[in-house]
Amino acid sequence: MKKVVLASLAVVGAVCLLAGCASPSTGSGGATWSGNTPSETPVGDQTLSVFAAASLKGTFTELASEFEKSHPGVTVSLTFAGSADLVSQVTEGAPADVVAFADEKNMAKLTDAKLIRGTPQLFASNTLEIAVPRGNPAAITSFQDLTKPDAKVVICAAQVPCGSATAKIEQATGITLTPVSEESAVTDVLGKVSSGEADAGLVYVTDVEAAGDAIEGITFPEAAGAVNKYPVGVTTAAVQPELAAEFATLITGADGQKILASAGFAKP
Amino acid sequence: MRQRSTLGGIPAWVAVIAAVGALLIIVPIVSLATRVDWPNFAALVSSPSSLAALALSLRTSVASTALCVLLGVPLALVLARTSFPGKRILRALILLPLVLPPVVGGIALLAAFGRRGLLGSSLETMGVSIAFSTVAVVLAQTFVALPFLVLSLEAALRAAGSRYEAVASTLGASPSTVFRRVTLPLVLPGLVTGAVLAFARALGEFGATLTFAGSLEGVTRTLPLEIYLQRETDPDAAVALALVLVVVAVVVMIVTYGRREIR
Repeated sequence: MKKVVLASLAVVGAVCLLAGCASPSTGSGGATWSGNTPSETPVGDQTLSVFAAASLKGTFTELASEFEKSHPGVTVSLTFAGSADLVSQVTEGAPADVVAFADEKNMAKLTDAKLIRGTPQLFASNTLEIAVPRGNPAAITSFQDLTKPDAKVVICAAQVPCGSATAKIEQATGITLTPVSEESAVTDVLGKVSSGEADAGLVYVTDVEAAGDAIEGITFPEAAGAVNKYPVGVTTAAVQPELAAEFATLITGADGQKILASAGFAKP
Repeated sequence: MRQRSTLGGIPAWVAVIAAVGALLIIVPIVSLATRVDWPNFAALVSSPSSLAALALSLRTSVASTALCVLLGVPLALVLARTSFPGKRILRALILLPLVLPPVVGGIALLAAFGRRGLLGSSLETMGVSIAFSTVAVVLAQTFVALPFLVLSLEAALRAAGSRYEAVASTLGASPSTVFRRVTLPLVLPGLVTGAVLAFARALGEFGATLTFAGSLEGVTRTLPLEIYLQRETDPDAAVALALVLVVVAVVVMIVTYGRREIR
């Protein structure tokens, strides 16, 4: 029987090691915990956890290294995913100090749940652009051209931010698209266009900017009717709220705005 | 008659670790069921887009299972009964989709059947376009499910041995008659198991479909893709649909493995 207890303790211990048991004092079975408890983060070696929308990958990576340069001893840990994904992760208790999303709707879910300190700040905006494979095989030049019967068009599904922007433009213009696919993420739209499977896709200006040579961008005036605004906020769960606020200030400040502008983002 | 439980001579600590292993699978599944918004369950799973996804999933999974049987039975027979140089390599290649991340399978399918793909570009000039069609979904599902059928059937063929087949052919039966009248009936349970597993795998296919076929309601958006999309705006619907898939999977596993002890 003693062995059974030992084995179960070992298993529980292993699970806890992997999961990083947060409350060792309540460990089951009165196990003795010998120095495996995560100690308080020592001063001068701090980690700031930033969750940001996938479209911010390039700019936030740059911003994070700027921040680390001006704050010696601080490491910025970046997590990029779709805004809705990040919202559900934060709601489920993922350790984020700073969150930045691609639309205000997703931020509202967190402010409604009282998971954000104060009021989120808008720091950038993004509009849609038509992405076509290099050479523009279907000769698309306008939003109207996307309805050409032989053009294969891929858009975002209405459930995700880029898709709701697309739907807004369709409504405003009265032009209804008949896409061959409605993807769950802007990156999937880009993938279908850059591989040449689709003749055109609707993505953000900044996505075209970052996509490289395989993709050409075509701006269209109707895009002004659907602008996505990017909010940034500090979570109530932030371990170092002052440090988190400083990161948010960097983004909204002159240096951050310069980096964002060079990636194609517009002012909010 | 209920079976009395015994430890059968294994050490108790092994049983404890085994229990933890089992819980690792069972706890998340049970937790999923607790997340379901039961009062609205029927409404959530019967929305038009959910029903379209479910119907498409069933249709494509049946088609790809049929394709798996059509292609997989000869493949398993060749692997189990013949000998030729490079057979081991061929088997390893055929089983590759079992260990490949599905998204890699999707990229590979694009490279073959995509518009600019190795075969796809010639098909395109003939006016056949596979990407973004239901055919692409079936292809992706067959790609990931075929190894399950081949593997189960090859094992069944090896276990059955070739004695009866040898006797049948000495009695004058042609190879085709032996295949039809002796081999197939002998390995039918193995074939059924393989087909059911292939069906279940096809039903759950996500990565290759998303990469290769796209996502459009009624055409390429199967149930797993619908769940992924619903999660963005309506987590309750996603959980309800996820449970539907779990129930189907549980039924499939019970039908396949629950009937008898595996030796």
